[in-house]
Amino acid sequence: MCGRPLLAAHYSSRGDTTMALDRWIALIILIMCTGYAYTAFFTMDDMLAPFMRRDPIWPSTFPKVLSVLGIVAALLIIFGFEKGDGQIKAGEINYRRLQDYKIGQAAVLLGLMVAYALLLRPLGFIGSTVGFLIIGSVLLGERRLHILIPVAVMAAFGIWYLVQEVLGIFLRPWPFVFGI
Amino acid sequence: MLEGLMIGLATAFSFTNILMVIGGCLIGTFIGMLPGLGPMSIIAIMIPVAISIGDPSTALILLAGVYYGAIFGGSTSSILINAPGVASTVASSFDGYPLARQGKAGKALTVAAISSFAGGTIGAILLLIFAPALSSVALLFGSPEYFALMVVGLSAIAAFAGTGQVAKALLMTFVGLMLATIGEGVLFNMPRFTFGIMDLQSGLGFITLAMAMFALPEALYLVLDPSRSKTEDGSNNEIKDLRITRGEARQIAPVIARQSVQGFLIGVLPGAGATIASFLGYAVERNIATKEEQEQFGKGSLKGLAAPESANNAACTGSFVPLLTLGIPGSGTTAILLGALIALNVQPGPRLMIDEPQIFWAVIISMYLGNLVLLILNLPLIPYIAKVLLVPRTFLIPFILFFTMMGAYIGQNNATELLLLVGLGVAATILRFADYPLAPLLIGFILGPMLENNFSRSMNLYDGIGFVVERPMTLGLLILAAFLIVLPSYRARRARIRAMGVADGD
Repeated sequence: MCGRPLLAAHYSSRGDTTMALDRWIALIILIMCTGYAYTAFFTMDDMLAPFMRRDPIWPSTFPKVLSVLGIVAALLIIFGFEKGDGQIKAGEINYRRLQDYKIGQAAVLLGLMVAYALLLRPLGFIGSTVGFLIIGSVLLGERRLHILIPVAVMAAFGIWYLVQEVLGIFLRPWPFVFGI
Repeated sequence: MLEGLMIGLATAFSFTNILMVIGGCLIGTFIGMLPGLGPMSIIAIMIPVAISIGDPSTALILLAGVYYGAIFGGSTSSILINAPGVASTVASSFDGYPLARQGKAGKALTVAAISSFAGGTIGAILLLIFAPALSSVALLFGSPEYFALMVVGLSAIAAFAGTGQVAKALLMTFVGLMLATIGEGVLFNMPRFTFGIMDLQSGLGFITLAMAMFALPEALYLVLDPSRSKTEDGSNNEIKDLRITRGEARQIAPVIARQSVQGFLIGVLPGAGATIASFLGYAVERNIATKEEQEQFGKGSLKGLAAPESANNAACTGSFVPLLTLGIPGSGTTAILLGALIALNVQPGPRLMIDEPQIFWAVIISMYLGNLVLLILNLPLIPYIAKVLLVPRTFLIPFILFFTMMGAYIGQNNATELLLLVGLGVAATILRFADYPLAPLLIGFILGPMLENNFSRSMNLYDGIGFVVERPMTLGLLILAAFLIVLPSYRARRARIRAMGVADGD
């Protein structure tokens, strides 16, 4: 069990010699902004109709301004112009000790969400929702199947009825082999 | 005016109309709790029902009830599971969700209900008195002023950032603005940054992004660290402290009063609406609070919850001013209401008050009535609504994930949206690990299209950037925005220098 002491403590981790995660992220965003800037400045206007070139504003004008501002803000973080208080807040997760958390469970649940997205159409709403709710709960340690299964089935039918019948938004209930 | 008021009272207090208000509020509250179904979609769904009623006053009263109910319902999911389904309740989750985590979900919902009620009521009274005069002020705002107002709104997010966080907040805002440029803009009819992918043609969905930024990371945090399911004092999410103490009431009363007026005024401006009102309300209250209270913002401050709640309800009322007096819908929701009115053979505009006073006044009275009904219906329900949090985590987490996905899916009916949701959610979780604030990204994304459209329109009108100096109000607002960005950094730097001086002295 990981738990309280891990979270309650304050870590002053920013003083390490390695680059902190927030600066790595700023670097990644900087690269993305540079790509965005390249598109805005050099390739986007190629498709512009000649008469539009006389306008004071082009589709690329706003992105150009944004890309420059984004690059400046990212550089400010990478070079650390602004000093933070260097502490991880209590209650937040310390990414340097990620292995102490239930990272496997989180990854499997994310995988389950991807599976739900891919199976929603072929399997139909009811089947995939019941499956998602049951497998998700079991993964998290729920073993009372006699409660879980009825709850999942009722929830799936209830939401389907509300969305499709009451609100009139189409949701395919059954697998595609059954027609609708 | 008194005569009109009497006609309004007589219409609104008829048996059918009271039933309509109650029904509308109930429907709005319950459907509004589902993330992904905001007031706009619920009203759109209710239009056929309203039109079949036939009488325009009754129909409009029903729709106004649904509108208020939906906004309150949206706040509920923001507060309880950090899943704001509507842009205007995003700010409510900043302090509402931390309160729920401290076991004060009941109190948070009570504050939300009372603030909404006060905001809506004060808004309705202001509407009653100032509607005709305000419509002429709203006309003074042109595209350049809207552009500047949005820049102020975005700069105010510096208020969300703590010490040393301003650059991160700004970077997140820019990323949000960039995400908003994906897809085909209204003004140019040209796909931008779509990488040739058809699904990106219409841009990213607001709800997908909102769920990915708030609900999904929170659910993942709950999975990663099981002790988070318990409240901070270790008890298992018991609902306590339903009542607001006298001291707390005294603390939030001035906030509610200020934000109701400010929210109403922002709501009057067409295009600004409840979202900007709630963010600005939060930012203003945070900036004028004392240092100790400022520390509490974002960690469960009652003021931080009362401010956006009263502002957004007052703004909703305010947005009826341009609709009823000028015939200009100020927001997506009022645009749909305009459609409904026209379908009912009512033409809103300057002549509405003269030609059909019973409609004009009945709507205003029913707004007040709607707020009252909402308060009476919801206060007793709060303990039951808050019980959602007592559901064991093994059930709660899969359900939160499922509702998150439904929110993203219902609006677009597109499974690609779900894959985007997972991808963006993972990115948001990593950003949260590194202490990047996520709210500015979403605010940037929401305001992005409005900002760009007004900027482009101003550039076209003035044939260049000249509008900044030619319009004094625009210039004033932009200077205010610059001031808002620089001030926190300047303050932090001065505090640091002072602290260093003390250390040297030792």
